[in-house]
Amino acid sequence: MTLPGASQLPIGAVVTEPGSTRRNTTAGWRAYKPVIHDDRCVRCQLCWLYCPEGTIVELRGVFQIGGRKYDVKYEVVYDYCKGCGICANECPTRAIEMVPEVV
Amino acid sequence: MREALTSNYAAAYAVKAADVDVIAVYPITPQTTIVEKLSEFVSSGELDAELIHTESEHSALSAVLGAAAAGARVFTATSSQGLALAYEVLHIASAMRMPIVMATPARALSAPINIHNDYSDVMNMRDTGWVIYIASSAQEVYDTVIQGYRVAEGVNLPVAVAYDGFLMSHTLEPVELNDEGEVAKFLPRAARPHVLDPRRPVTFGPLVSPDWYYEFKYQQVTAMNEAREWVVKTDVEYGQWFGRSYGLVEGYLLEDADYVVVTYGGAAYGNARAAADLARERGVAAGVLRIRLYRPFPTGEVVKALSGVKTFAVLDRAIMFGSPAEGPLYKDVVLAMYLHGVDKPSLNVIHGIGQRAMYVRDIYKVFQALREGPGRGVMYMGVRP
Amino acid sequence: MRFKTLRDLPREELFAPGHRMCAGCGAAIAMRWVTKVLGPNAIVANATGCVEVTTTPYPETAWMHPYIHVAFENAAAVASGIEAAVKALRRKGRWTAGDTKVVVIAGDGGTYDIGLQSLSGMLERRHDVLYILYDNEAYMNTGIQRSGSTPKFAWTTTTPVGAAARGKVQWKKDIMGIVMAHRVPYAATASISHVLDLANKVKTAAEVRGPTFLHIFAPCVPGWRYPENKTVEVARLAVETGYFPLYEWDHGKLRLNPPSNNHLDKSKRRPLREFLNVQGRFNHLTEEEVAELERELDSYWQYLSKLASISS
Ligand SMILES: Cc1ncc(C[n+]2csc(CCOP(=O)(O)OP(=O)(O)O)c2C)c(N)n1
Ligand code: SF4
Ligand code: SF4
Ligand code: SF4
Ligand SMILES: [Mg+2]
Repeated sequence: MTLPGASQLPIGAVVTEPGSTRRNTTAGWRAYKPVIHDDRCVRCQLCWLYCPEGTIVELRGVFQIGGRKYDVKYEVVYDYCKGCGICANECPTRAIEMVPEVV
Repeated sequence: MREALTSNYAAAYAVKAADVDVIAVYPITPQTTIVEKLSEFVSSGELDAELIHTESEHSALSAVLGAAAAGARVFTATSSQGLALAYEVLHIASAMRMPIVMATPARALSAPINIHNDYSDVMNMRDTGWVIYIASSAQEVYDTVIQGYRVAEGVNLPVAVAYDGFLMSHTLEPVELNDEGEVAKFLPRAARPHVLDPRRPVTFGPLVSPDWYYEFKYQQVTAMNEAREWVVKTDVEYGQWFGRSYGLVEGYLLEDADYVVVTYGGAAYGNARAAADLARERGVAAGVLRIRLYRPFPTGEVVKALSGVKTFAVLDRAIMFGSPAEGPLYKDVVLAMYLHGVDKPSLNVIHGIGQRAMYVRDIYKVFQALREGPGRGVMYMGVRP
Repeated sequence: MRFKTLRDLPREELFAPGHRMCAGCGAAIAMRWVTKVLGPNAIVANATGCVEVTTTPYPETAWMHPYIHVAFENAAAVASGIEAAVKALRRKGRWTAGDTKVVVIAGDGGTYDIGLQSLSGMLERRHDVLYILYDNEAYMNTGIQRSGSTPKFAWTTTTPVGAAARGKVQWKKDIMGIVMAHRVPYAATASISHVLDLANKVKTAAEVRGPTFLHIFAPCVPGWRYPENKTVEVARLAVETGYFPLYEWDHGKLRLNPPSNNHLDKSKRRPLREFLNVQGRFNHLTEEEVAELERELDSYWQYLSKLASISS
């Protein structure tokens, strides 16, 4: 790939596309991947709160788990998860399991 | 309107005329009276600007850089130690393409500490990517600061307007002041390519890898070449609007001169002209070439002016220790000539260091030396060896 | 309006993933919450350091705010200029982006050490700027060298553990004391482990006019030598052992926040050892050295309690 020349680049090294690190997925950084066992999740929000990558998302909807009904569900967007395991470490119900990535 | 002003006050009046938005400054002799005058203008309400009294020159330049990034028209001024302290930000300001205008009454650098004039401070910034003017009268300081905004905002580069500390910064001269309404029309607020605006967020100052860095340096090279055109164009238009223009270089008795002294700034130019007059009276075809635009260097103009002369001397007021010849302007002039295939015997004269008195007779002696022999080498004048 | 529960916290993410901060970086958690709470109408001036280099790999940026990085020691000066520009342009009718907040983000090196002068100038001149210090207690970007914020006895690459010196020789500098001495209207400590408290402090500090300061405790995985899943745990232990008390300096009054408001009573604090033991940088500590750190911590708490009672 040939990179753009000086005259084609915005002057002064200004980056004009906000949030463009999104182009760089960091899934490859992971050795372990977090798997949320939804049946054990009590919707405490802590994994979402602490994820350094902001890559645990809240889904709105109606979720029936056994006898309980929730209006929210937490899911990992794996594109950006670096596998740090903070979510699993902070989860009060041990609902998140760190599973080795198979290469 | 005509006023008797020092060059420092002339700079302050130009800043007022340019309706600058943000000023950040820190006092240092001989720049201080600019800060004082601007403080008066802001206190009296004559200038509607935010004036930031920073805690250092490093911060002053950083603050105007930030303000320029936010889209404001900005000004700062410093000399000597202050300029040296801000050195890191000089490079950053030009590389980030910030249209800052800075007045720089030139002063010797420590040690030993000396508040008087030479150009060691300004010459240290010659490779920092700034457009650098060296003015030779209070009128020219006033006109050049105003022109500087056009150039800075046109080509997105910072502009320094240097002149002799004390010898000009504190000396009264008559200055013709423009109608400020006309200046406002001469300096319309142009839209900047990128500013810090929450509605269109951009990132200034990223981390750049070897794959990209060189291209941004090359952009600066191109911008400097464009700056030369902007300086010419702005000067011509300024002349049409306000009746005064200067060119990139200024010649005195050059047309038929055999022996020429090349120099910059007020005192050296004044003395050199008087010495040329004296030499002419005694039958020597003497002339003077003054460099007004130091960066980007007016290579073509210099070569053209010197091609027909027998020999020339470059009078420098700064020292590049350990260099093949210690005068910074000398190096530029000789290189310019070499690149154009012109090889002439020439002298480098170092004088006025730390404001050592420069007399007309000294420069007259330079003309004599030029006439007596095809000199080559460096002549240290005025020093007790 | 304060955030009362986690439900009240803003949902929109304003700090993009894909940045290059280490897995488990404490500062990344801080940045995520700072940007979310600030909302889009803010300008960020960042000092050189980990956050800056990892979030702006050209031609990408993680920032969704207008952002500027100039150098290491001058973020407060750059922000002063931006704030002045917004003020002047607004007065002259040329600032049309509304009520824009100017925010500095700087590491401990850029704040305690090389940036202290420009910080002091900005505070003294009363710029309407929120200064956010993320404290990872060393120069991490250049490879874990000691800073004025590194605690005593901590290992860093420039305070190695040997026969003659056992980690850093000096105590950690009291940056909050320095900031408070500038009589700022609002300054607070916060930890990435206590997000609700942190979010409320970002909000308050952004709303208060004049210079405000936030000292955010942000553990660093490689620098402190602990497993990357322990970042929040380490930060929580720092608060619960009393090592990093949560408090606000609010218009001349010092207010300890939960859980630190119970910690004037030493028995309510967890043993300092629990904080030290999870980190490799304190591996070498002897009983006497731990005791020395505990004594120092006690005297720091006495100072805080005096300050709280004098100012209340
Ligand atoms: C004037 C100057 N000196 C030194 C450096 C090298 N340098 C860059 S970042 C850094 C350390 C940053 O430490 P800190 O502020 O604590 O941020 P961290 O990297 O820990 O997040 C150093 C020493 C520099 N960029 N500029
Ligand atoms: S931390 Fe655990 S229990 Fe809480 S929301 Fe996440 S998965 Fe559910
Ligand atoms: S492992 Fe780390 S990065 Fe991945 S989802 Fe959990 S907290 Fe986020
Ligand atoms: S070195 Fe430390 S502070 Fe820097 S990105 Fe990694 S974890 Fe974060
Ligand atoms: Mg640090």
